[in-house]
Amino acid sequence: MAGPLEQFEIKPIAEMQVAGIDVSFTNSSLWMVIVVTALTFFLVGGTRKNALVPGRWQAMVEMAYEFIANMVKENVGREGKQYFPFIFTLFMFILGSNLAGMIPYSFTTTSHIIVTFALAAVVFVGVTLIGFAKHGIGFLKLFAPSGVPAPLYILIVPIEVMSYFTRPISLSVRLFANMLAGHIMMKVFAGFIISLGAIGFAGQAAAVLPFAFNIFLTGLEILVAFLQAYVFAILSCIYLHDAMHPAH
Amino acid sequence: MELAAAKMIGAGIATLALAGVGIGLGNIFGSFLSGALRNPSAAPKVFGNLLLGFALTEAVALFALVIAFLILFT
Repeated sequence: MAGPLEQFEIKPIAEMQVAGIDVSFTNSSLWMVIVVTALTFFLVGGTRKNALVPGRWQAMVEMAYEFIANMVKENVGREGKQYFPFIFTLFMFILGSNLAGMIPYSFTTTSHIIVTFALAAVVFVGVTLIGFAKHGIGFLKLFAPSGVPAPLYILIVPIEVMSYFTRPISLSVRLFANMLAGHIMMKVFAGFIISLGAIGFAGQAAAVLPFAFNIFLTGLEILVAFLQAYVFAILSCIYLHDAMHPAH
Repeated sequence: MELAAAKMIGAGIATLALAGVGIGLGNIFGSFLSGALRNPSAAPKVFGNLLLGFALTEAVALFALVIAFLILFT
């Protein structure tokens, strides 16, 4: 029987080496391609007709669009509109990867720290660059909030700097750990069903319990898939807001 | 003490973070319920914030899980 951690194993599908670096096409890359293809199909197919009164498919695409558009408007402000495509792409990719991971025998790309860290690093570097581009050296005011007694700055500034630099870590670990823990939990309970079923009739009757719990867990995991994509997107919005208005 | 045993104990201690997370989650949902019962019409507006708070608090528990894994498997 496969262990609960075996689902995260990366297997190369097409081995490739470029200048001594392993760039094999793996099952992780395959699932990223599948997710991006499915999302493109979903979004392009839904807006193909551009009907004034949306059909079912178009309504779903519009719902996703409006959900993120409202989030950006409420958390970044009016000038955040230009960053909407980035936040929308981020949200849809994470949501797609999380949901694709719920398909049996599939692979969850977001359960690998390097994938989520790459996403978080893009947000972090991008937000820092936007902050400096908009406010120049004034962006550093972010680390020294106004209205604080002067002696306290000795304490506040290091804390603010530290909290700023742990952002990419907390952002990536949150998504990665949620997906990892959820999928391990599901596989552990699936393992209970198998091992209980192997010990005769009484065990098979008792195996109903972990099976029922696994169904409940599947529902919870789909909720978590939405929630974590939402949290990732909304935190990116909040960081963007900080970069736009550093003196708060 | 043997290293393996110390690792097991360390991983166990790392899960103590769950105590704080438990208090936090209870606090979030308890406050939401008492607020929602006082003013039910305002409840849907803060539901998004409730989920955000839930996810942020739950993440702390998962940080502890990651630390436990790091202790166990490195």
